[in-house]
Amino acid sequence: MDWHILAQQLVNGLTLGSIYGLIAIGYTMVYGIVGMINFAHGDVYMISAYVTAICLAVLFSFGIDSLPFALLVTLAVTMLITAAYGWTIERVAYRPLRGAPRLAPLISAIGMSLVLQNGVQLSQGAKTQGVPSLIPATLRFGEGNDFVQITLVQLMIIVVSLTSMAALTWLIQRTSLGRQCRATQQDRRMAAILGINTDRIISTVFVIGAAMAAIAGVLVTLNYGSFDFYIGFVTGIKAFTAAVLGGIGSLPGAMLGGLILGLSEALFSGMVNTDYKDVFAFSLLVLVLIFRPTGLLGKPEVEKV
Amino acid sequence: MPFTTALPATTGVRWTLVFRQAVLEATAAFALALLLLGPIVGLVLDGYEVKNELQRPLLIAAIIAIGRFLVALAMHTPAGQAMLERFNARRRQPGVLVVSIPESNRQRWWLLVIIALALSLPFLASKYWLTVLIQAMIYVLLGLGLNIVVGLAGLLDLGYVAFYAVGAYGLALGAQYLDLGFWSALPLAAMLAALFGCILGFPVLRMHGDYLAIVTLGFGEIIRLVLNNWLEFTGGPNGVAAPAPQLFGLEFTRTAKEGGVPFHEYFQIAYDPTHRFIFIYLALFLIVCLMVVVVTRLRNMPVGRAWEALREDEIACRALGINHVLVKLSAFMMGATVGGIAGVFFATYQGFINPTSFNFFESALIVAIVVLGGLGSTTGVIVAAVVLTILPELLRAFADYRVFTFGVLMVLMMIWRPRGLIRPRRRAFEVKGLCP
Repeated sequence: MDWHILAQQLVNGLTLGSIYGLIAIGYTMVYGIVGMINFAHGDVYMISAYVTAICLAVLFSFGIDSLPFALLVTLAVTMLITAAYGWTIERVAYRPLRGAPRLAPLISAIGMSLVLQNGVQLSQGAKTQGVPSLIPATLRFGEGNDFVQITLVQLMIIVVSLTSMAALTWLIQRTSLGRQCRATQQDRRMAAILGINTDRIISTVFVIGAAMAAIAGVLVTLNYGSFDFYIGFVTGIKAFTAAVLGGIGSLPGAMLGGLILGLSEALFSGMVNTDYKDVFAFSLLVLVLIFRPTGLLGKPEVEKV
Repeated sequence: MPFTTALPATTGVRWTLVFRQAVLEATAAFALALLLLGPIVGLVLDGYEVKNELQRPLLIAAIIAIGRFLVALAMHTPAGQAMLERFNARRRQPGVLVVSIPESNRQRWWLLVIIALALSLPFLASKYWLTVLIQAMIYVLLGLGLNIVVGLAGLLDLGYVAFYAVGAYGLALGAQYLDLGFWSALPLAAMLAALFGCILGFPVLRMHGDYLAIVTLGFGEIIRLVLNNWLEFTGGPNGVAAPAPQLFGLEFTRTAKEGGVPFHEYFQIAYDPTHRFIFIYLALFLIVCLMVVVVTRLRNMPVGRAWEALREDEIACRALGINHVLVKLSAFMMGATVGGIAGVFFATYQGFINPTSFNFFESALIVAIVVLGGLGSTTGVIVAAVVLTILPELLRAFADYRVFTFGVLMVLMMIWRPRGLIRPRRRAFEVKGLCP
């Protein structure tokens, strides 16, 4: 294997991994705080891809041609609307189920996922949608046929996701809101006794998760250019795999898991077989859950009466 | 405000406040709905441009706001308060209701009527409705199978369609490579599905409830992707043909293969393609009846009771010495076997299968049937399966909204009655004189 193919797959894997990491944050934070798999999270990400395309189209139709401005506005609008989706889903489908049998929130989440997918399909049509290629610039290293190329968008993906991860870590570790989040995660009842509005903290966690998925949605849409109403499903499972791999409930774990999954998937599809890359990711999920359900950075969970 | 005077002021509720609150809530709901639906529903992507359809989100948001307003007002009337009270009380009820049911034969009459009706239906229905009936029966079977896993044992299996696929491909590939007929493939495919259930189940059943759901989901997708990509063996997306069933060696085709005798020639009647479907329907019906009996009996047996006990409290069960892995595995394998049988029937009824029939949506549909049928109730599952397959046929105009409605119903069901529409009743024995 030539070094440039390997390096190219590493670059692709790093990009893919940052995206998985961003979406995995939503899964890992929600699981950490309410102990449920937010099955609709992948579809929240799908919604953000649509909002991105719609927002860009509206901005261009108004004749705005300053690309950085358009991108910033799109990012802000997408994060706002997607966060509103995260909040509403929690409020409508999960909050009434506190204290219900333990499968109830998961089934409700599956229902929500069907609603989102089918709702988008009904209103936007089933066909694949897209955005024009906005930032065509690429960086090339190497000569002749042996080169590694990084598109500017890929670079952007890596930088933006690292920045937002850093910002989120700061938020969780240093601010009052973050302290409340961590307290609620450790012991919800005790946190409530100490005067933390745990319902609001749980809502905030959903909002943060959705906003992170929105960043991922904007970046992916700019990178690949095409999407449909079904993308949330596979990406969602893979991001969940990343969350489990890194240790569910752990923020750095989500990013680490995302990077590992992205890199190994890219290497697998580059060296072994592209058709089976999803099978590889799902098998990884099954194997991790069987042999190391606590993940790389997670704490072992003890079931108590 | 003029509206408030119309309402009774004697109830002790301060209607001015309530009214103001309701208006506020309705406005908030309107704004939120507009924010959520505005871009997705109102601005439709068309190439790289958008079409303006903003009247749609406005209409939906208005409906939501009015609904929110009315609900907020209704919650303060005595009737609304009582409803809220009942709603909250119901959610605290335990999962299984233990009552002593007096032995009675009243139900048996109903059963006879239903069986007679179900047996006579295929002879009255047109070919189109016959296929719908077969589909309904297949879903009843799938629902009953998944009900053992999800409803009774409380293991959420999101990849149930994998066993369905194993059964279907067992028949099709068995016929292609091993020259198996329908009746020899039926038990073999069921056993193959059970084996798959065992292979998957053994390592994963130790894990936590929702991890299990995700692993089974991953497993279902793996099976589908392998079926889709393994071109040399399964034919990939092009699919494979599945053989038609036979009745004691008689074939349901116009002209038989070499050495075979067609059904209509043997009985000296005119050829009618619906014969095949009637036969499939009757065989399916027989198996469904058998399943109902088996499940009813199993529920009163130790293993069935262990399933339900594990669903309610795993830690207590393990403390009492129940081997939780074996008990769960038995439920999982039972469910897989039934799924495999349903798959064989699906393949023979379609005559041709490809991997698109076994995607995640199919799994979600079966879960929806079990959930709406009431997690554990056999009657409920049968009713839900029949309604969910026949209703969309009747409401063809709303076919696009089918999945959407399923999703909404699943959410509402979990909020309203997380333990299902029909609460499972369990027979108990009373000893006179011991209990006051």
